[in-house]
Amino acid sequence: MTTTSQAIVRQRVPAVEGFFTMDDEPSLIGGRLDTGGYCFPRHLGGSDPRRPSGEVEEVLLSRRGTIWSFTNSAYPPPPPFIVAEPYVPVVVAAVELAEERMVVLGQVAPGWTVDDLEVGMEVELDLGVLYEDDDTDYLTWQWRPVGLEPAPEEGGAA
Amino acid sequence: MSGMDEIAVLGVGMHPWGKWGRNFAEYGVHAAREALADAEVDWRDVGFVSGAITVRCGYPGYVAGSTFARALGFTGAQVASSYAACASGVTALSVARGQILSGACDVALVVGADTTPKGFLAPQEGERPDDTDWLRFHMVGATNPVYFALHARRRMALYGATPEDFAAVKAKNSRHGVHNPNARYPKEYDVDDVANSPVVSDPLRLLEICATSDGGAALVVCSMDYARSKGITDPVRVAGLSTVTPTYPDTVIDLPYLATDSAATAEPPELGFKESIGARVYAEAGLGPSDVDVAEVYDLSSALELDWYEQLGLCEEGEAESLLRSGATSIGGRIPVNPSGGLGAFGEAVPAQAIAQICELTWQLRGQAGARQVDGARVGVTANQGLFGHGSSALLRRAS
Repeated sequence: MTTTSQAIVRQRVPAVEGFFTMDDEPSLIGGRLDTGGYCFPRHLGGSDPRRPSGEVEEVLLSRRGTIWSFTNSAYPPPPPFIVAEPYVPVVVAAVELAEERMVVLGQVAPGWTVDDLEVGMEVELDLGVLYEDDDTDYLTWQWRPVGLEPAPEEGGAA
Repeated sequence: MSGMDEIAVLGVGMHPWGKWGRNFAEYGVHAAREALADAEVDWRDVGFVSGAITVRCGYPGYVAGSTFARALGFTGAQVASSYAACASGVTALSVARGQILSGACDVALVVGADTTPKGFLAPQEGERPDDTDWLRFHMVGATNPVYFALHARRRMALYGATPEDFAAVKAKNSRHGVHNPNARYPKEYDVDDVANSPVVSDPLRLLEICATSDGGAALVVCSMDYARSKGITDPVRVAGLSTVTPTYPDTVIDLPYLATDSAATAEPPELGFKESIGARVYAEAGLGPSDVDVAEVYDLSSALELDWYEQLGLCEEGEAESLLRSGATSIGGRIPVNPSGGLGAFGEAVPAQAIAQICELTWQLRGQAGARQVDGARVGVTANQGLFGHGSSALLRRAS
């Protein structure tokens, strides 16, 4: 932990190691089977019957894809999800990666609601805070629509 | 594979679904006794007990077969217990079929029962980052309804399904379920009731998401020779069972995975996983979708019932909404689906549910389903799926 005279600099760490890189332009860490197919997460391996227990090479997955489908969780998910108070509904997208020809699940970046999303929309990988404690942000991967801004929150008048 | 030897369903029994909070074995024993009485078989004549496991009731749940056998009185019968998540019941039946067809026994008892906690189904406690079921909750917050809703939204984008269609499934099943004394929610809902219930995972609302229930269901099954020896010439027969796994690459996202297989170097199979579940059972029975008179499918959500219409071949892909809107899948229609009321009227008692589907079809094929009877039903099919790749389907038929 580093401190300055002004404030504590928060650490940013993956909530679980080995799922994504911590670069400015982060990537998911997947696996490439020796038959050529991909898997995520890497440790899950593949189930290709041609080589079910072949080597799984570490590979970075495409950072962009298109939304296959999306939804949210209006109620807080149960543990082992860690719920921040107040709870803001988690938005989830299943994203199709063209080169890998696979679909990967993930949260959608904060600020986006289901009303902002569409099947087929292009998204890019980002990292966001899954939960936090006093000095550390624990990160997960999130999908962020490309070239768009979320609709502003609706005002008080209903 | 066509022309599999058949076994007979001699008796069926259930303990009503609810939130009773009692020991699961009580429900299983109640259902077993009902099934034995229905079959007019003495418990001491049962040669094999096939239990469907519950993972929520401690050790007795893991050894469900012997838990039920002990509660009924140990007789020296052989025993096995099966776990395949939601598919456990058909897996237990498939083990019993193998015992009967191999000649190891004449009569088998298949039992599943559960006592469930309130709320979302969640993984076991502890930190297990190598377990995909733990990861999807921890890293994404992807509950079961999240996956159901991904598929519902996909139907809206691809086939023009509407939230009203999904609500209409719930309304239909509730109209069926009011006539079922074993259902937990014997109450009729309309589409407005559904629309007024809170969103759980957009576009799905609370009344469209399956609850978890307590309940128990049992079957007495036997060889065709044994049925004849009892003077039963046209029993309900198990003509096909499917416990298939997916074929690589499975490119449809499903519980509890974070990603699909990759089709980068292997083309997806002609039939997706869910389509392959029904294909297997039809092939075993030597029948096709056009032969089916009635179906019991897993409506974990209202929208998933529509997927099953297509996956079982009851209509073409993209036509499930028209089939529903035409009234064909209501009792009185061309191919009634979930005359029992389905999971929408029951809530899920995991190890009992696939067995309960078979109980319903047995009553339907015998003409004993009362106010929810499908006229002239002779062929029925069930469908469900257990997470981690367990297919589950049974095809039941009578000759006349």
